[in-house]
Amino acid sequence: MKRWLVGLTLGAVLLSAQAAVDTFEFKSEQERERFYSISTELRCPKCQNQNIADSDAPIAHDLRNEVFRLLEDGRSDDEIVDYMVARYGDFVRYRPALNAETLVLWFGPLFFLLAGFLAVFMLVRRRQRAAKDPLETILTSEEQQQLDQLLEEKKKRDD
Amino acid sequence: MRRVLLVVPLLIFLLLAGFFLRDLLSKEEGKNELTLPSPLVNQPFPEFSLASVLDEQQTITRADLLGKPALVNVWATWCVACRVEHPVLNKLSAQGVVIHGVNYKDETIAAQKWLKDFHNPYQLNISDAQGRLGLDLGVYGAPETFLIDAEGVVRYKFIGVIDEQVWERELAAQYQALVEEAKP
Repeated sequence: MKRWLVGLTLGAVLLSAQAAVDTFEFKSEQERERFYSISTELRCPKCQNQNIADSDAPIAHDLRNEVFRLLEDGRSDDEIVDYMVARYGDFVRYRPALNAETLVLWFGPLFFLLAGFLAVFMLVRRRQRAAKDPLETILTSEEQQQLDQLLEEKKKRDD
Repeated sequence: MRRVLLVVPLLIFLLLAGFFLRDLLSKEEGKNELTLPSPLVNQPFPEFSLASVLDEQQTITRADLLGKPALVNVWATWCVACRVEHPVLNKLSAQGVVIHGVNYKDETIAAQKWLKDFHNPYQLNISDAQGRLGLDLGVYGAPETFLIDAEGVVRYKFIGVIDEQVWERELAAQYQALVEEAKP
């Protein structure tokens, strides 16, 4: 009896998991995979923080249907994405195209990373130099001037 | 040199704050925060061939939109905000503004009843029951309104409810300019 129940529950869980996959009938496994890769790369225009594969919004459903229809039509992945961009704008791409507007987006992080590396490199080198030659002062010219001035004053006072 | 470096974090902060402030202020102007820039602006209105809401035998195509600048309003009976917008459209059409309706993913009978009950401000009533024209227009939520010129080129897109302020602020001057432009 218990075994039966477990089997039944397991079956129900598996069946419901199957149902969430969608009702499309793909011609091949490869096409199914393409469908998933495209629909996870397209952003739902209404919900904005979900891709159209995950979203339950009616518009996401429509766009999934459209992706499926275009796939059946024999369009390439790029053609399908371009088709959506022509209607909904660059916004629907999770991976924005590289153009003048998105230059900062693409290379901004790289720039900050390099700037960080440069800063660390300079810091380390300065410390290394100081460690190698403790006698060499690491004062800036301004600080050196201040020091000289202080020494001068002390000298005067001592005299 | 060191002093200069000290200011860098402050500069970065100010830059970011500036960006955020710009975004905040643009929202305060009453812009819909979901508004996406439409790639259709300055592109020809998409081709279509669809039945009329009022008469299924009658076919409406893109050619029927040409000749006069017009507003093309995407609406549906299931769209609550459209009900708010409808009286404003009635008023505009009474003032002589050319408005066409795209009945988007709707039931024709419900749409016919709506037009009878709330008055019909539309010159053409395009029935887009399947939402194919809506998809070509990049519609992601009704109501959406396109301003097209006499040649059928989309000049502007407004997402959300058109009320009197929106009409005055965003559409009236542009529509008037297109009317002047269409005059020989």
